[in-house]
Amino acid sequence: MSNVLVNAPKTAKRGSSVEIKALILHPMETGFRPGPNGRIIPRNIIERFTATWNGTEIFDMEMSLAIAANPFVSFFAVVSESGTVGLRWTGDEGFVVEEQIAIAVE
Amino acid sequence: MTALRLGIGLAIIFAASYALAQGAADKRRSGTQDMSDALQKMQEDDAANPGMLFVQLGGQLWGKATGAAGKSCADCHGDGTSMKGVAVRYPAIPKDADAPVDLEGRINLCRTANQQADSFPPESRELLALAAYVAHQSRGLPIAPPDDPRLVAFRARGQDLWKARQGQLNLSCAICHDDNAGRKLAGVAIPEAHPTGYPIYRLEWQTLGSLKRRLRNCLAGIRAETYADGAPEYVMLDLFLMDRARGMMLESPGVRP
Repeated sequence: MSNVLVNAPKTAKRGSSVEIKALILHPMETGFRPGPNGRIIPRNIIERFTATWNGTEIFDMEMSLAIAANPFVSFFAVVSESGTVGLRWTGDEGFVVEEQIAIAVE
Repeated sequence: MTALRLGIGLAIIFAASYALAQGAADKRRSGTQDMSDALQKMQEDDAANPGMLFVQLGGQLWGKATGAAGKSCADCHGDGTSMKGVAVRYPAIPKDADAPVDLEGRINLCRTANQQADSFPPESRELLALAAYVAHQSRGLPIAPPDDPRLVAFRARGQDLWKARQGQLNLSCAICHDDNAGRKLAGVAIPEAHPTGYPIYRLEWQTLGSLKRRLRNCLAGIRAETYADGAPEYVMLDLFLMDRARGMMLESPGVRP
């Protein structure tokens, strides 16, 4: 069960800039904190977030330890044609989440 | 005829001015109003409010069959819209019981009695997610505690707890949140403590938390002993606070700094 909230306009004018917002449920555990039993909780973070536009990479972000839980990312992209934005989060413990959202050119 | 019209017109004016006076008389402030613009926008924007992730998770759990009975919440209650107006009237006394339970307690009751599953541990992600999902259905509704006469004694006890000095700092809830609300404590505005947004996504916690967690936070802050998990004091305080916030709008899931 993955929990992602992605928000982008469904339609946009050709050549206009749209904001794509993505929020994901993730603990972003640093690997420095002791748990209730005194042992260190192993590191578990999202390492990379990438966005593609019809398969072409348009946004790439490396995430680090200091980023809070449930990271929120917002970025802008210029719409040249109708298509699909593919979002992909990868991280520790084999974490992979993919999400797609379509934007149509008016 | 003219006199009648004049009468009706006057009545409308009186009614309007009375309503306006009532509105103006209500000086209660939700914690939201004391937050920065950025945080208020975060709470209002469903794509940026991290509490909405838990609402989404709660919606998924709502439809998932579980327990020995193999039933999901949706099997009995239908989709979540049937929960509209529920969160604004809790805590309440369940059927065949004599003590009130809060919303999370009610969810756990349903789990153990109807789904025949283990109850969720306090502050567990699943419990908070379901509570957020149910509370979200009532977003925008005024808080309306039930007029059950059996609740009066519990509410009064909650009020006593609210006013009782406790802890090494010898403070009561009322000293900060009634007498000094709006002033600063260590640079931070003291809110009036209306439970309008629970469960809240507190940025400091980096997760969703219940009113009980918030109360424990305050108790530890005044260096008092926190109530045990599942202690009736939490529900009594919840009852009193909900009554104190009667008529205020529910904002769940709230975002707090």
